[in-house]
Amino acid sequence: MLGLGAARLEADMNRLMALLFHQGVLDEQFMQLQQLQDESSPNFVSEVISIYFRESEKLLKNLRSLLADRECTDYRKIGIHLNQLMGSSSSVGAKRVRTVCLAFRAASEHNNWSGCLRSLEVLEHEYCYLKTKLHELFQMEQQRVMAAGARYHPLLS
Amino acid sequence: MVVCCKGSALSRLWKSKDQQVQQLKHYQPQNSKGGGNWRKKFLFLGILLGVLVSIWIFLSMNANIIARRKETLANMCDERARMLQDQFNVSMNHVHALAILVSTFHHGKNPSAIDQKTFAEYTARTAFERPLTNGVAYALKVLHSQREEFERQHGWKIKKMETEDQSPVQDDYTPEKLDPSPDQDEYAPVIFSQETVSHIVSIDMMSGKEDRDNILRARASGKGVLTSPFNLLKSNHLGVVLTFAVYNADLPPNPTPEERIEATVGYLGASFDVPSLVEKLLHQLASKQTIVVNVYDTTNSSAPIKMYGLDVRGAGEIHISNVDFGDPLRKHEMHCRFKHEPPLPWSAITTSLGVAVIVLLVGHIFYAALNRIEKVEDDFREMRELKVRAEAADVAKSQFLATVSHEIRTPMNGVLGMLQMLMDTELDATQQDFAMTAQASGKALIALINEVLDQAKIESGRLELEAVPFDVRDVLDNVLSLFSDKSQGKGIEFTEEGHIFVSVHLVEEVKSSCDFSNQVIRDSEDGIGMSYNTLSGFHIVDRWKSWENFRMFKFSTEASDAINLLVTVEDTGVGIPQDAQSRIFTPFMQADSSTSRTYGGTGIGLSISKCLVDLMGGEIGFVSKPGIGSTFSFTAVFQEGRKNLGDMRRHHPDPPVSDFQGMRGLVVDGRCMRAEITKHHLQRLGIHVDISLNSKSALSGILEACNLSGAGHLDMVLVDKEAWGEGSGLAFPRLLAEFRQNGLMKPQENLPKMFLLATSLSPTEVDDLKSAGYTDTMMKPLRPSMIAACLRKALGVGSKRQREKGQAMALRSLLSGKQILVVDDNAVNRKVAAGALKKYGAEVTCADSGKAAIQMLQPPHKFDACFMDIQMPEMDGFEATRQIRSMETKVNELIKSGEASSEMYGNVAHWHIPILAMTADVIQATYEECIRCGMDDYVSKPFEEEQIYSAVAHFFESGTVDSVS
Repeated sequence: MLGLGAARLEADMNRLMALLFHQGVLDEQFMQLQQLQDESSPNFVSEVISIYFRESEKLLKNLRSLLADRECTDYRKIGIHLNQLMGSSSSVGAKRVRTVCLAFRAASEHNNWSGCLRSLEVLEHEYCYLKTKLHELFQMEQQRVMAAGARYHPLLS
Repeated sequence: MVVCCKGSALSRLWKSKDQQVQQLKHYQPQNSKGGGNWRKKFLFLGILLGVLVSIWIFLSMNANIIARRKETLANMCDERARMLQDQFNVSMNHVHALAILVSTFHHGKNPSAIDQKTFAEYTARTAFERPLTNGVAYALKVLHSQREEFERQHGWKIKKMETEDQSPVQDDYTPEKLDPSPDQDEYAPVIFSQETVSHIVSIDMMSGKEDRDNILRARASGKGVLTSPFNLLKSNHLGVVLTFAVYNADLPPNPTPEERIEATVGYLGASFDVPSLVEKLLHQLASKQTIVVNVYDTTNSSAPIKMYGLDVRGAGEIHISNVDFGDPLRKHEMHCRFKHEPPLPWSAITTSLGVAVIVLLVGHIFYAALNRIEKVEDDFREMRELKVRAEAADVAKSQFLATVSHEIRTPMNGVLGMLQMLMDTELDATQQDFAMTAQASGKALIALINEVLDQAKIESGRLELEAVPFDVRDVLDNVLSLFSDKSQGKGIEFTEEGHIFVSVHLVEEVKSSCDFSNQVIRDSEDGIGMSYNTLSGFHIVDRWKSWENFRMFKFSTEASDAINLLVTVEDTGVGIPQDAQSRIFTPFMQADSSTSRTYGGTGIGLSISKCLVDLMGGEIGFVSKPGIGSTFSFTAVFQEGRKNLGDMRRHHPDPPVSDFQGMRGLVVDGRCMRAEITKHHLQRLGIHVDISLNSKSALSGILEACNLSGAGHLDMVLVDKEAWGEGSGLAFPRLLAEFRQNGLMKPQENLPKMFLLATSLSPTEVDDLKSAGYTDTMMKPLRPSMIAACLRKALGVGSKRQREKGQAMALRSLLSGKQILVVDDNAVNRKVAAGALKKYGAEVTCADSGKAAIQMLQPPHKFDACFMDIQMPEMDGFEATRQIRSMETKVNELIKSGEASSEMYGNVAHWHIPILAMTADVIQATYEECIRCGMDDYVSKPFEEEQIYSAVAHFFESGTVDSVS
């Protein structure tokens, strides 16, 4: 019964991943990331992703505060922040966040305040989406591991 | 003059208008409210100026008219006065002449030649000479001592005038009734008189006061003198009396008044009837009605005596002219004035009113124009606001679409996935059918959403093109595989059903052959008459027409490193109806938009294509004939890819050509064109290919090859399933088998591998394959990668998967146990890079800034390599590398010069840590910059196994080689 649950969870996970790939939220880089995870570093992906979330949240907060005032907006700083965000996003394979960052950067290069603000909103939206979906994914993963553990535990003992 | 004045005024007016116009123009660009107010102020100022000008015109014209009136009056008055004076002078001269006559004939002769009768007659007959006198009379100077003798001689007494003063004289006035004159020193009795005044004969002129003064003055001056006006005797008219003294002949020249008085013998008097005189004169002149004439005696200036004139009160100005009647003591004036009030100056009024009206009208026009401008400006502002709002709405729409599409897609994926799972379970036929239908609908919906999303993306300008290297063939292969399902469903791959043919050319190439080919094709169409020289044997539309409107073909483009590709897709089929061709690129417009249309879709595919082609700097065009087919062409501008480092490796996964290099193949197909295409694909893999169009030549070719060995050896035979019609391909090996049975062939091991080329295979056919003698099947459309995989499998050449595994192993062996420093400010990237490298057994240390990296790389250190991010705050990768390199150089110099032993620096004689840049933007400039500042190589982020391998292998292998040697 529990084993069936694990299998179902795995199927769910795969489907969720497929969905995220189909939507373009994630790309191959995320797969590569998953490949890097092995016995020596079992929580590699979740570690990376939590670092990514921490960093990104900081960056988003900074971006928000930088864009708070229309008159004295430091577009250079925005560009730097965006580059960071883009770098980390492409590392974890957050494709859509990266795409939005591109548009955002184009807007900031043109000193287009309203465009920046719009992009920021889209970016936050995308980011939230990514975050919820990935959390969902990790939750499933955890459940799966637990289910697998529950299944294999009696065998081991 | 008026006109001139008016003209100048008008011109001034126009000038002011011009200025206004200029001001209007000047203010036009400012569309603020202030500008409008300024304009209105200027307009009112201008109108005020215009009105003032019109008033000025009126005043000046009026003054002009008045001056002219005055001048006319003066002229008329002077004219009258002069005439009066002339006539009076004429009469006076005549009276003078009469005096001389009397002196000559009365006193000069003895006895006298003149008596009363002669004088009366003469004067009566010469009365026309003196039109203004009503009578002349001659009075003799008689001293008191001579009175008695005189009275006796003439037989009458000297009588005095009735009264001393000028009392009115009675009509029944007769000299007989008068009293005789009292005694005086001397007398002046009238002795001769004209008939008209015969009643004054014998009257002493000295007795009248006026006459006496007159006589005394006349004889003293020797000139004619005038009395002041008084009522004449009997006629009761106002008149003056002119008196000339008559002297005797011996008057000395230049006599004194005493001598004159002494020489006086008599006095000639003439009475002038002034009113009748003036009346007569005025009658002779025109326009006597218009002016009133008064004549005054102004000898006593304080009390002028009116000599002529009516008591009509004239109007307006008086003009005064002096009249000289020849008597210096008396002064006369003529006063003239117009009888009527001056008429209203109509011309001035009309002119000025006209100007004022024009000014007001022009002002009104300008005012209206200003209002209009203001309104238009307001409208403009409003429209701009609306435009902004509309654009905002559009953006909002696109965003909404994008968001909603995502949101719809999410559950749709779930639905599709569930349906897929459902279909995998045990279902009966009906349920399977329902599920399939549901899934097909879901897929259609997803496709629709994707298209709408793409359109929205393009419309909102959020679609950005990214320049990536690509291989045209690869892309085309991918596209073909995408559509292979559809084309297989329709069975159109150079078959009897029709075909779709994609060709890619360089624009320049096509352009150079354009004219010539055009000519040839036209000729062939006209001359030979529709010989269907196409791949499937179907007639197609003239594809040259589809791009003949392209700018790129009409105008020669200047040489640049840009590559223009012309892609043409031609098909056979129903074509596009003529009337629908004009709106084919309009979004959501289908050729057949009726509800009963045959073909589905949203109708935005072509509009998206057009947008994309536009974005890529190209053009799209098409030509279509209903019932024959359509050809779409588009051009796009590309840049020549830079062949640097791993890019080409990454984006150009060329099938390992070397595997099949030098192999020989035979394509057996009855259709020449199809065989050519197969041959082309095989040639890309480096296989030498021959073609056999019929079974006989094919068999002989195979036999020949089998008998030969070495160079002529045949490795594979590819037979099309429909080589000579339905199922003929399947039968081919049987022929071969017959040959073998007949002993014409050597044993089986020399027989080449047989492959079947098919667009579709039924399960029974798959079963038949092996028994028929085929090694494997290749499904069309052919793709090099697929062919390669198939051949590898059949021929046992090393597979790619194994290679990859080998690479990973190699990487592991290379990196295992190596100390690697990863420098990146981005925690995520750091973690990922570290994870990737750890996977290959490397020991990874991380540094989060350039400064930390420099610190850690201070020799001696334990690191074997360093991966350095380029974009870092504070100190970027370039700068950090530069500093590390300078540090190393210093240490190396120290070691070299012997100042420091190499033991101090970890027993390494030459410090040079390999530094690999990590960067996201893989462009040539970045690479050059990397090399310049001392980096060894670079890898692009995110990491790829292959690339790391090649980069790391480059210096680790050489490094090991170095250390060995």
